[in-house]
Amino acid sequence: MARSTTQGGGRGTRTSAAAPPAVAAATDVALSRAQRLELYYWMRLTRSLEERLVNLYRQTKVVGGLFRSLGQEADAVGSAYALRQGDILSPLIRNLGSMLVKGATPVEILKQYMAKGDSPTRGRELNIHFGDTERGFIGQISPLGDMVPVMAGVTLSFRMRGEDRVGLVYVGDGATSTGAFHEGINFAAVQRCPLVVIIENNGYAYSTPTVKQSLVKQFADKAIGYGIPGETADGNDVIATYEATKRAVDRARRGEGTSIVELMTFRRKGHAEHDNQSYVPPGQIERWAAENDPLDRYVARLGQEGVAAEELAAIDARIQREIDEATDIAEQSGVPEPLDALVGVYADPPSEEPLWFREGKRAVVEKSERPSSWGTFDAPAKGAD
Amino acid sequence: MAEITYLEAIREALFEEMERDPNVFMLGEDIGAFGGAFKVTEGLLAKFGESRVIDTPISEIGIVGAAAGAAHMGMRPVVEMQFIDFIANAYDMLTNYVATARYRAFLPTPMVVRGPSGGYVRGGPFHSQNPEAGFIHTPGLKVVYPSTAADAKGLMKAAIRDDDCVLFFEHKYLYRRIKGEMPAGDVVVPIGTARVAREGTDLSIITYAATVYKALEAAEQLEKEDGLSVEVVDLRSLAPLDDEAIVATVKKTNRVLIVHEDTRTGGIAGELTARISERCFEWLDAPVLRVTAHDVPLPYAPSLEDFVLPQTPDIVLAARRLAAY
Ligand SMILES: Cc1ncc(C[n+]2csc(CCOP(=O)(O)OP(=O)(O)O)c2C)c(N)n1
Ligand SMILES: [Mg+2]
Repeated sequence: MARSTTQGGGRGTRTSAAAPPAVAAATDVALSRAQRLELYYWMRLTRSLEERLVNLYRQTKVVGGLFRSLGQEADAVGSAYALRQGDILSPLIRNLGSMLVKGATPVEILKQYMAKGDSPTRGRELNIHFGDTERGFIGQISPLGDMVPVMAGVTLSFRMRGEDRVGLVYVGDGATSTGAFHEGINFAAVQRCPLVVIIENNGYAYSTPTVKQSLVKQFADKAIGYGIPGETADGNDVIATYEATKRAVDRARRGEGTSIVELMTFRRKGHAEHDNQSYVPPGQIERWAAENDPLDRYVARLGQEGVAAEELAAIDARIQREIDEATDIAEQSGVPEPLDALVGVYADPPSEEPLWFREGKRAVVEKSERPSSWGTFDAPAKGAD
Repeated sequence: MAEITYLEAIREALFEEMERDPNVFMLGEDIGAFGGAFKVTEGLLAKFGESRVIDTPISEIGIVGAAAGAAHMGMRPVVEMQFIDFIANAYDMLTNYVATARYRAFLPTPMVVRGPSGGYVRGGPFHSQNPEAGFIHTPGLKVVYPSTAADAKGLMKAAIRDDDCVLFFEHKYLYRRIKGEMPAGDVVVPIGTARVAREGTDLSIITYAATVYKALEAAEQLEKEDGLSVEVVDLRSLAPLDDEAIVATVKKTNRVLIVHEDTRTGGIAGELTARISERCFEWLDAPVLRVTAHDVPLPYAPSLEDFVLPQTPDIVLAARRLAAY
């Protein structure tokens, strides 16, 4: 699929040879049966893995808060599935599913939440705040909106180097109110960066309903202000999500720059596990659960398409096995070695020295090397110093 | 009188100031019906209504800038940062606009920016910060960081009544762990005054916020195990600093240890050390020592966080070194 594209706005040409697409090349080409089952696998894995995390949280094995994406699995999975290998996404707190699609493993997620020494961030960062540029995801930080300009830069580099790669960044309805969102998306738009900005409209930002966040009817309407295409799709329909995202990804890959895709969904759990959602009108959560659960809807659809219930049950069983195995592995890992806290603030020097009042402690950089690829660090747990 | 928590003391101050002055109003994310992430503003909406307790979009630049504009017009806004870490987003507004407004444009900007700060809570790098140093360095901003419930209340009143912008750091580790009796009546703790948290004669520990309690714990241990009489000074205000109180404790004990939870380089301990050197070097019997956090972003795992942050045994060790000097 080699092509030469003139950038919109006459900003020079880009020539690139693409790898064959991992998924169907155009939205009018239906996803294969195997791909449809794969979508089911990722959605179910997301939900079941989070359920396992709830158990661990209740056993106080999770350090800090637990963030759920219950009822939003389709939006994360369907959108990420529209990317191919080599593309890079940056998830937000409800996008565990997108990371799994991009190759994050249950054992990594569990170790992160348990702050293990051999977790992807070696116990430095929380929950799903981690990344791996090789596999194609860059970890978020807490300050909302910051990943939009960062992903503008990631995709700018794709364009500058003539690479046939696309970026995708998630923001919540709440995060669209940040300065970083505005500056980042505008920069990406003006520079024709091959970037898809997914706005997950799940009704709330913590306790704040979207009416207090913005007066636009749909967040996709914001696209007009940036001079880019915007589309709203049903985020609880994994196929619709996939298709809408794919259209934006295809535009980006064709050199047509940045797009907004707004995915309509609903946050059925609290902001984090501690939040009892007292601010949500009664009945609303139950209604979404009963009438608009993305997994229920997809299971019904697959049934209509002739997928037997046993086939899905077999996938469920496989997922349970995988999560059980991952939990066993993650639980066996040790906590981080304290001195590892001092390693890797800079490339040079590789480690800070312990402060003088920690007499007897010595810098550990000799035995605690930084991994060459930070995100995939997979060394065995270290013992105590 | 019943004791109330540090958090409740802040809430009481907000209530009383809103009752006292109709110009006082609140701005912040999730502060209304939800009462804020830590419930500091709980009940304010019910009492004062939506026009004075405003739930905002997630727009720290917008909130702080709007507060400044309202303050110019004679309002007294109190802005909540959901976590003080996000004050970084409003750094431009605070340091370029607000801090200079009076000096360059003769515009009063009486406003408060407050929020949960500090670590020891497994919050990771973006929910544990102590960003006070950058603001202390900015002329035009006042900075307070109380450690007791009574000071939290009295300093909040002072901050709201102050005619300049006051950054009010609340230590989230202390929110519900620390309780105290409130003095009767409308008591304002003046900004710029330190407090002697424990009297002593052999050496002084100068600190503020959560590490006040670690210093007190260390002082207790040093008294029992070493027979040392340790004075603990709680700064309470970081800008302006109470130079008199600092000089007084140096002259009294002649040995000073400065403790803070903030990272070492560029932390306020450096400034204190310089002031002591300038004002009362000849009163010192030993070099001024510091116990601070290590110069790294604050990690999340308990073993790492505990290593990076200053702990009571560190203070004990440093104090012993100082006493033996
Ligand atoms: C700049 C900034 N301000 C405040 C916060 C605190 N905060 C964390 S999540 C959140 C709500 C996010 O809502 P939304 O963007 O809609 O994402 P959702 O949780 O609904 O997925 C807030 C206010 C933050 N992380 N960053
Ligand atoms: Mg939301």
